[in-house]
Amino acid sequence: MKFSENWLRHHVPTKASRDELSATLTAIGLEVEEVTALGDSLDGVIVARIVSAQKHPEADRLQVCEVDTGKGLVQIVCGAPNARTGLVAPLATVGATLPGGIAIKAARLRGVESSGMLCSARELGIDADASGLLELPADAPVGTPLADYLGLPDASIEIKLTPNRADCFSVRGIAFDVAAALGGEVRALDAAAVPAGSATTMDVALAAGPRVPRFAGRVIEGVDARVATPVWMAERLRRSGLRPISFLVDVTQYVMLELGQPMHAFDKDKLEGGVVVRPARAGESLKLLDGRSVELDADFLVVADSQAGNGARAVALGGIMGGADTRVTDVTRNVFLEAAHWIPSAIIGRSRRLGMHTDAGHRFERGVDPSLPPIAIEYATRLILEVAGGVAGPLLDVTLPGHLPEPQPIVLRRARLQRVLGLTVADTEVTRIFTALGMRVESLAEGWQVTAPSRRFDIEREEDLIEEVARIFGYEHIPTATPAGALALVAEPEARLGELAVREQLAARGYFEAVNLSFVPAELLARWGFDRDLVPLANPLSADLAVMRPSLLPGLIEALRHNRARQQDRVRLFELARVFAAGDPPVETPSLGIAACGSARAEQWGEPGRPFDFFDLKGELDALVAWGGETQRWSIHADGLPGWLHPGRGARVARDGATVGYLGALHPQLARALDLGPDVHVLELALEPLLARRLPHASAVARFPAVRRDIALDLPEAVAWSQIEQVVRATLGGLLREVRLFDRYSGKGVEAGRKSLAMGLILQDASRTLTDDDADRCVRDAVSALEKSCKARLRG
Amino acid sequence: MDDLDRRAAQALADIEGSASLDALDALRVGLLGKSGIVTAALKSLGALAPDERKARGAEVNRVKEQLADALAARKATLEQAELDRRLASETIDISLPGRDGERGGIHPITRALERIASIFARLGYQRADGPEIEDDWHNFEALNFPPHHPARAMHDTFYFGDGRLLRTHTSPVQVRSMQGRQPPIRIIAPGKVYRSDSDQTHSPMFHQIEGLLVDETSSFADLKGTLAEFVRAFFERDFEMRFRPSYFPFTEPSAEVDIRWETEDGQSRWLEVLGCGMVHPNVLKNCGIDPERYTGFAFGLGVERFAMLRYGVSDLRAFFENDLRFLKQFA
Repeated sequence: MKFSENWLRHHVPTKASRDELSATLTAIGLEVEEVTALGDSLDGVIVARIVSAQKHPEADRLQVCEVDTGKGLVQIVCGAPNARTGLVAPLATVGATLPGGIAIKAARLRGVESSGMLCSARELGIDADASGLLELPADAPVGTPLADYLGLPDASIEIKLTPNRADCFSVRGIAFDVAAALGGEVRALDAAAVPAGSATTMDVALAAGPRVPRFAGRVIEGVDARVATPVWMAERLRRSGLRPISFLVDVTQYVMLELGQPMHAFDKDKLEGGVVVRPARAGESLKLLDGRSVELDADFLVVADSQAGNGARAVALGGIMGGADTRVTDVTRNVFLEAAHWIPSAIIGRSRRLGMHTDAGHRFERGVDPSLPPIAIEYATRLILEVAGGVAGPLLDVTLPGHLPEPQPIVLRRARLQRVLGLTVADTEVTRIFTALGMRVESLAEGWQVTAPSRRFDIEREEDLIEEVARIFGYEHIPTATPAGALALVAEPEARLGELAVREQLAARGYFEAVNLSFVPAELLARWGFDRDLVPLANPLSADLAVMRPSLLPGLIEALRHNRARQQDRVRLFELARVFAAGDPPVETPSLGIAACGSARAEQWGEPGRPFDFFDLKGELDALVAWGGETQRWSIHADGLPGWLHPGRGARVARDGATVGYLGALHPQLARALDLGPDVHVLELALEPLLARRLPHASAVARFPAVRRDIALDLPEAVAWSQIEQVVRATLGGLLREVRLFDRYSGKGVEAGRKSLAMGLILQDASRTLTDDDADRCVRDAVSALEKSCKARLRG
Repeated sequence: MDDLDRRAAQALADIEGSASLDALDALRVGLLGKSGIVTAALKSLGALAPDERKARGAEVNRVKEQLADALAARKATLEQAELDRRLASETIDISLPGRDGERGGIHPITRALERIASIFARLGYQRADGPEIEDDWHNFEALNFPPHHPARAMHDTFYFGDGRLLRTHTSPVQVRSMQGRQPPIRIIAPGKVYRSDSDQTHSPMFHQIEGLLVDETSSFADLKGTLAEFVRAFFERDFEMRFRPSYFPFTEPSAEVDIRWETEDGQSRWLEVLGCGMVHPNVLKNCGIDPERYTGFAFGLGVERFAMLRYGVSDLRAFFENDLRFLKQFA
């Protein structure tokens, strides 16, 4: 909401400076977004008339003007295209300093004397228009200081309104708040009933039920539609962000800004029969004021006349915009003014559906004071009669009894006020605040009974009254305190790692945390082969942000590619976030994703480099799993891999046998499609299993020494290490503390299709020291079991 | 006699001139060994008269000690030289880079979020969470946004085909935390939220932290005190601060909190950092809590805003690009 500061001050006289006024508005919840000072230093600028304008002898673009200053003629050289004989325009006289800092001196321009400067609105700092001289009305009094004539200085103040303060979409609404905060009084509005000078009326029918419970109107005949909008009115509109159009339209805009009631003026001669307010018919179309045609349905309301049959022709889009066919024009003689009450739910969202936004629609969406329609009509009638003449018919005010909201009294308890705010406000101050806000207050033993005026329909309950007291009393006057209430201490489960611990571990191991958007392009998911249980948005911002991610990896790989394209060859990224799958409700799984590529270690001087491989990534998995202290519950499997993994270099990860994630090299086809090499590896795990952690339970440390026996075996290539480990474990049972693989070899000296593995068996008995014989027997048992089940051969 | 002295003098010179431990050892054998000159001199004592033998014996022993001392001293010198040589040969360039010393880093949003959550944890606020795909009731209705309420227009909402939506704020966690539970309640709910808005200063996904306190005594004064303390703790400095009346359907009275922020060019301006208010009685009622007995306050803040201010990040979009050159600054 933008308005003229002087206009506001007219309604609520106050000595507060502009800065104080602005600070007050913000402090009471009408946040000031911008204050634009207008016409601040216009000393020496007067209203002047160009008596004659001749072409400059030496310059095509300049004119030499004789200008009447009211005290005589001066000669001015002027370059504005609209300088012409008879024009009344602002003249900065010699000695004046314009807001931009230009000091006006007598000068010679191309050899011709010039004693001042004719000005544009921009040069005077009152408007952005710099296209030519500011054209003043022909009757503007020559010689008068311009500031006096235009009511300057002034300021345009723009405030940001919260949805609950619909009443402040008007200068008077703001005035009541300012009066309460600064202690002034709002000037009474001159909206006395204008007596009817004729009996001309209009039939009005309400046929939209409670959606339109009130419709006020009036016929005014014989107006001069060509009359110029008075300067004061045009300036107030301009300074409130509206362009003056024509007097009859400007009046309706002016009343809307001042009172908050949107209005419309019809050319009465273009209406046929009476008007009816009714729901639009499906498929009904209407050409609007702004020239475009809209197609409507029963969700919209219209004002209709009888040109095409009884109530058949829509002439205005209810609560939003008038129609083109019946609008007022230069030749309008007879006007039908309309001010109706459209309830918010009948208007909300309708403008948006049509892709439009109007001041009227915006106000009705948030709600307008239902008492205003007849007041607005009276006020507008008076303004029209004063400026454009004409004869007014009787006021029409049609209402649906029982459907106009009536303000209800609300009780505010003194104790509740104190409890919620944490301070005591004096009774007299509470009463003063409510009264200043235009509310009716009665004292009760426990507090007050308050009835809000009809424009404050946001006041519905005790808390609303508490808020009014708080904001007018001033939030800055409420003390600060420390909550002293009871505190329930909640036990944090120790058998669960925090997510931060996982982040810190990965960061300590060289990984950077990434944060990707939760939405991904459907096309990217298709490339990865994610096609099941997707959760697409119904109204995505773009096709790139269309589907909730089913996996963290496509996004992480895109981030990896982003970095690769920026000379970062060695990338280590991880992300902790949720992934989504269809369901009722949809399934959200907190997950860990990792993407890595480049050399295994940072480039360094002492050891040869090698590319990142599967086992580097598996090491990360091992380190994460180790933290939980229950490594035996985890297993990895070569089967059941998703399509985006390399089928021979990928693994499925399970905990207690249930799949919880995957890791491995990207499938070469996918990698190629993404322009990536074989070093790109990914991991994705559900987070919860990783966070589960064993609560330690100590057992005695073994007292007898361990014995180590190393063996080297020759086995078929296809035998997995996990299989060997399992056989050895099963064979040696409790005596085996650990089996450690320390060498793996294939090639020269080993038969093709076979490999050599060297491992250390670490043996220990809890009750005695193992002898050499015991150890040898263990080795024999293990080897023979491996020979049987894994086709192993003991080497040398 | 003259002969022993002369040979001893020669031997001392030889010892001093010996260049290696091996040469020194050879000298030792030649002097003190079985067939060394000292041994020979001692053996020859037997042929002397008793009184002469005594004087001569003392003389030989003096020479023997002298030689032994010289040998030991030279040995120590040579050994030290040997050690010095070895140490010199083992010297490494300690300025070469160490191995595997690199570190990754936590994202600045996480970093700010954890800092905020830990400040409130110290005040007894427990972490809570809820789904990111919410239903209309939790995101709006329970929070006192009736259908078609104009305040809904402030939230540009992403919807799914079934009417569910992406939560537009972390406030539904308030509702989920209060349901089926009675005060005292202190929770802090960090998480991702979504608005269908994207430009230089808006990301369609961002992070919020919601705080909620409900008990039998809390007031607006407590809310002011809590947030003032929080801002001071987070930034480790005092700010000029203002609470401005505002509007959220789920709190009343409501406020926005501005801090006076000094920019690098020495200017200062008000910067909005928090929204807050007293929990609306309708919300308490919707969650089964008696609004007559209990009052509470709630607040919400944008983590990105705090991270930007704290770490001097000027472009919101940098948080979601995952450029290592940006992320490495937070290692």
